[in-house]
Amino acid sequence: MESLDLWGMAFVFMLATFIGFDVIRNVSRLLHTPLMSLTNAISAIAVVGSLIIAGEQKTTFSTVLGTIAVAASMTNIVSGFLITDRMLRMFKRREPGK
Amino acid sequence: MSPALTENLTQASYLAAAGLFIFSLRWLSRPETARRGVLAGVLGMSAAIVGTLLHPEIVHFEWIAVGVVVGALAGVPLSRVALTAVPQRTALSHAFGGLAAGLVGTAKYSLWLADGELTKFRMGAIAVEVILGFLTFTGSLMAAGKLQEVIPTRPITYRNQNVINLGLLGIAVAAGLWLIIDPTKWQLFPVLIALSLAFGVLLIIPIGGADMPTVISLLNSYAGLAAVAMGFVLENKVLIIAGALDGSSGFILSVIMCNAMNRSFTNVLFGAFGQVQAAAAAGEQKAVKSATAQDAADLLETASQVVVVPGYGMAVAQAQHRVRELRDQLTKRGISVKFAIHPVAGRMPGHMNVLLAEAEIPYDELVEMDDINPDFPQTDVVLVVGANDVVNPAARHDKSSPIYGMPILDVDKAKSVIAIKRSMNPGFAGIDNELYTADNTVMVFGDAKAVIGDIVKALSGGSGIH
Repeated sequence: MESLDLWGMAFVFMLATFIGFDVIRNVSRLLHTPLMSLTNAISAIAVVGSLIIAGEQKTTFSTVLGTIAVAASMTNIVSGFLITDRMLRMFKRREPGK
Repeated sequence: MSPALTENLTQASYLAAAGLFIFSLRWLSRPETARRGVLAGVLGMSAAIVGTLLHPEIVHFEWIAVGVVVGALAGVPLSRVALTAVPQRTALSHAFGGLAAGLVGTAKYSLWLADGELTKFRMGAIAVEVILGFLTFTGSLMAAGKLQEVIPTRPITYRNQNVINLGLLGIAVAAGLWLIIDPTKWQLFPVLIALSLAFGVLLIIPIGGADMPTVISLLNSYAGLAAVAMGFVLENKVLIIAGALDGSSGFILSVIMCNAMNRSFTNVLFGAFGQVQAAAAAGEQKAVKSATAQDAADLLETASQVVVVPGYGMAVAQAQHRVRELRDQLTKRGISVKFAIHPVAGRMPGHMNVLLAEAEIPYDELVEMDDINPDFPQTDVVLVVGANDVVNPAARHDKSSPIYGMPILDVDKAKSVIAIKRSMNPGFAGIDNELYTADNTVMVFGDAKAVIGDIVKALSGGSGIH
């Protein structure tokens, strides 16, 4: 059973990497800084794992580590999405007639 | 709710999140749709968080609330930093990403060790997660420190650096392998953590400021791969997908940065750029032609095509708003103004674009290197603001130059060049720039912000007299 899961996950990893290469290659160089802050926010999906560990409260040790991990991931989610949007708002085309 | 229903809801939320993340990055490809990409990302993240909180294993919420509140309180100010400080902020967020992965891996190890549930596969995934997570944590902190200049930005080197660094990593990997064979050897786990932390520090110490765009991209990739490893540990596919997207993004950016400097990964990481050239630079010095802001204004006024080349110096001097005023003065006179963006200008990928966009310069005036290079021979005046190595013609012909082969902006082919520079000190790479002594170049010495301010003043004052 476990080996089946492992292979399933390996397939997901490979396919997601290919999709990633394809999607990222199409991102305009203009937007590489917002790209980095956005992917950073997205990979803070690690919050999912942190939430479970902080919430199941099995041992004090794991709860402390989980709570710090939740805080670290939340920082990335909040600041990552906010700053990406802030930067993207600044990108404007030339106004017509100027 | 029945446990089966909850599990289905959770998985459905993860599926939706993964799809939304892919859309998010797809929409980011163009400025017109990019903000929609942020919205998709936020929706995906919210779906995944709600789906996780439904999880029956989560029995207490008080510590989750503490973590969320602390994270939100720290996140808001971090999203409002000056745009010149965005590279530091980015490095810091990679550090947080690595930290979260390392801590979750450690917590999982302790829990599974106590329950006797450490299979070899789980142990292997944890080892990878912990090594990547903690080395990304300290490595990114070091990078952030260098960018913020609390740590010397010059490469710090010592004897046998590479041997020592790789040796440390080798011991960490060996400890990880030993743990896979015998997961109950818990004494090895702190060793693994300590070595990974140390390796992260030592990896970044020898890297200089000019290599920061590559290093940040690489750490971006590591942070993503740490999330992937966490996905394997927790058997969570949305983590694997999001981590893979982040990892591939960081990887592609690193490759672009390396190509833009004509260097390999190994050379960036183990090359310690910038310390050898001091001797080579001592050759004959040609005189530079120094000019005033008024001279520069006169030259610009007679041009019909002007290209501005911004570099990190513009960011340091916070000169982007003055640059915009200059652009406005010139366009008002019917002079065409374009901005030439070298991929590694600044301290992270795309840094110059963001700074110029902040100054409300329309993004269709920002032109990439390959698109603008053919235009330089027809350009009347090029204004170099705080860029150095990316406009050094030695990269094209001087085989002894450390930047030989690096693609550059062919600024020297323009009819005339005005270079604004604080002093004749060489740039980060520590290399003399023959552009400054070329016949068609004049130098204006001073702070970029003040000099451009003076040029603008001369231009606006001059228009009254004419």
